[in-house]
Amino acid sequence: MSSTDGKNTNNDREETMSQVTGKQSRAIQDPSTIKQPVATHSLSDVASARRAKFGQPTNGSTGLEAKGVHAWFGKKHVLEDISLDFYTGTVNALIGPSGCGKSTFIRILNRMHEFIPTASLAGQVLLDGKDVYESGVDVTKIRLRVGMVFQKPNPFPSMTIRENVLSGLKLAQIKIENSDELLESCLRRAGLWDEVKDRLSEYGGALSGGQQQRLCIARSLAVNPQVLLMDEPCSALDPGSTLRIEETIRELSSSMSIVIVTHNMQQAARVSDYTSFFLSDGGPGRLIESGTTAEIFTNPKQKRTEDYVSGKFG
Amino acid sequence: MSSTLLEQKQTPKPRIITTELRLTDKVFRGVVTGGGLISLTLLGLIGFFLVYNGFEAMRSAGMAFLTGFEWVDAVPENNQPAAYGIGAMLYGTVVTGILAMIIGVPIAVGTALFLSYYAPAWLKKPMVVVVDVMAAIPSIVYGLWGYFVLMPHAEYWAKLIHKYFGFIPFFDMPAPVFTRSPFIASLVLAIMITPIITAIAREVFAQTPLERIQAAYALGATKWSMIKAVVFPYGRGGVVGGAMLGLGRALGETVAVYTVLNLVYDIRIEVLLSAGGNVASMIVNKFGEADFVELQALMAAGFVLFLVTLIVNFIANYIINKTARE
Repeated sequence: MSSTDGKNTNNDREETMSQVTGKQSRAIQDPSTIKQPVATHSLSDVASARRAKFGQPTNGSTGLEAKGVHAWFGKKHVLEDISLDFYTGTVNALIGPSGCGKSTFIRILNRMHEFIPTASLAGQVLLDGKDVYESGVDVTKIRLRVGMVFQKPNPFPSMTIRENVLSGLKLAQIKIENSDELLESCLRRAGLWDEVKDRLSEYGGALSGGQQQRLCIARSLAVNPQVLLMDEPCSALDPGSTLRIEETIRELSSSMSIVIVTHNMQQAARVSDYTSFFLSDGGPGRLIESGTTAEIFTNPKQKRTEDYVSGKFG
Repeated sequence: MSSTLLEQKQTPKPRIITTELRLTDKVFRGVVTGGGLISLTLLGLIGFFLVYNGFEAMRSAGMAFLTGFEWVDAVPENNQPAAYGIGAMLYGTVVTGILAMIIGVPIAVGTALFLSYYAPAWLKKPMVVVVDVMAAIPSIVYGLWGYFVLMPHAEYWAKLIHKYFGFIPFFDMPAPVFTRSPFIASLVLAIMITPIITAIAREVFAQTPLERIQAAYALGATKWSMIKAVVFPYGRGGVVGGAMLGLGRALGETVAVYTVLNLVYDIRIEVLLSAGGNVASMIVNKFGEADFVELQALMAAGFVLFLVTLIVNFIANYIINKTARE
């Protein structure tokens, strides 16, 4: 990507954000942020251009919080003492080399971790202050509130596009009246409506990979989650689709918090407000550093973070 | 100038691509082709044998062979000609087969679901083995067990069904004889075909892509709603194919049915009544004392049964393969 292109994208995005959320007015008014000349298109510039929404609990919600999370597969300790706070209305990127436990961590957040037979964990995951692993918690309700988009697009092939989007309601046995409205709004928010509005009764598998992934995002939106977890959602997609999904992520972040695992530094810098860097030195994965995305990419406190974000290893 | 341009634009013909196999490959191909041909040849020879021996019976009886209800030998003293028709037996075969499916398939699918998604790990493996062993039990054992153990109970169930559902013609009862009925034969058949349907259903359920299962769970699905939305659509074809294989076995089952079913050369819709039919059992029944002409008729009956089971199995294979491709 050339530097001019990148700059345009940044500005576009800022505008989109302000239109959608109205929360960015502070950033727009701040001349130091928006007028800053971007000479070279480095990650730190990208990251700086995006001002973190310093998360404040909205509507009395403290969002999602991990407290002292450890994880094991069998006897193998894969995550050690991870504490992270995800504020409502923010995009949080988890970065780090393969095998550092990012995916394990994100799956712990909506209790998908327990599907792996030997998996176990310690610590707490608090959703609005309540531990999701407490006994007696209805796990299906947790997953309704904490949605997930997977690395590989996985629409239900036996269902049409329409049925796919509304499948969450059926699966969770939720009845609604204006399903057409919901269908359209979910597809619109996922940036897919214009492409599929005339072919809603086609099967989900007939779409391209990028469209399938946006269909999966639309599907997660239908149950109105307050957190959306994305596990490398763009790793199987072409750059154009990736761009569309990043736009979608930015638009969504106004109404929910998003946790995204990514191997793409550019992507982390482009879309996230906060970035957390995970690293494993052969042992369990640890949280090395966490902060606003601008901080992590321009002025990391840890040498290892700096090495990773500048591409010296990983 | 223009002609050269034209020539340049000509698209070439597709090339013919050939591969010369190595000797080892050729030898191996010969061996496996031979193996495949042997089984095909055997199947063809069996069919030919039945047609060859039964042709005369089929020719003389014509369509009446399939539609007739009577199976009587010629009695020269009374000037009575032989009449061989397998209509009633064919009907009985289909009825017991379908009833066995109605009873057996839900049990098999339930067992497969339990084994795939609900059974604790310590129970799963032994139970899979037990179900597989069930398929290996000789059918005469099922027959004897059905006669001495199942029938007294099944008789009672049949009475209950008649008492409460007797208004349905199928469960009507012209004479109060509840033993050795198509219903009881179907119960035995259902138990016999359950293992194979379970094994196939379990196999396809286990192949359900994990990503779809996770997608359903991530949307807040309960286990049952996940199974309905993901596992059933994925495994439907496999289950249908497995059921057809089971049906093929049920249609061709001989000894077990012979033990528990009262063969009557009549078409009756009352399945609880002690009167039923089954082509294979009939052949066993008549084979021992058959004269030459009757033997020909039995061969012809065997050929019809052979065709029916072959067709059912072909359909089963077609469905299974079609699902596998998807």
